[in-house]
Amino acid sequence: MSVLHIVNKSPYDRNSLHTCLRLAQPDSAILLIEDGIYASIKNAAASESVQQALNSHQIYALQPDLEARGIDPERMIAGISLIDYDGFVKLTTDYDKSQSWL
Amino acid sequence: MKFGILVNEGPYTHQASDSAYHFTAAALRAGHEIVRVFFYHDGVNNGTRLSVPPQDDRNISERWSALAEAHEVELILCVAAAQRRGLLDGDEAKLAGKDSDNMAPGFQISGLGQLIDAGIQADRLIVFGD
Repeated sequence: MSVLHIVNKSPYDRNSLHTCLRLAQPDSAILLIEDGIYASIKNAAASESVQQALNSHQIYALQPDLEARGIDPERMIAGISLIDYDGFVKLTTDYDKSQSWL
Repeated sequence: MKFGILVNEGPYTHQASDSAYHFTAAALRAGHEIVRVFFYHDGVNNGTRLSVPPQDDRNISERWSALAEAHEVELILCVAAAQRRGLLDGDEAKLAGKDSDNMAPGFQISGLGQLIDAGIQADRLIVFGD
């Protein structure tokens, strides 16, 4: 069963992303929304674990939330895919279940 | 596909009410069915018609009401969460002896069973919150 993990908190605020990465199965994907976007920034304290997660998971970031925070896509870790709300809806249909890490 | 949406956080708090709205609108655009949007915990505050945000800001409850009218989306507030927070429809207000209700158009008060039902009926239940 494939799962889409939705993370909406910064890894510098809560440990939800790290808990998610610890428990996510290899066929599952991770979607960063809201303040979860901060996990997509490269050369930061959380970058290494995100980089490592990219070896076994697809990682997506919600573009409108990235733009709202003034983060240039060039500052993102390579390999993270940007999607819009239409893409968000599509992802939830592509995976069997969605798990929000609130 | 059928979607159920759960909103656990109040409007103008972090971003859950906005994310939930944009997701719901995008799902409808893509031709999916929204079985129900269920507002729980502080999420019930999305359903007040007395909210008066600044003119250059989004009006979150009006936005939901417009969506409900255009697409016949069911907007349900959890009754226990709503009563605690002073969200009342006409009947509830009368029953509690209050001088007014404050339910925005398109919103209804119902029980937690409606959340369980949405989880059963929908192919996907998407949760937004804090």
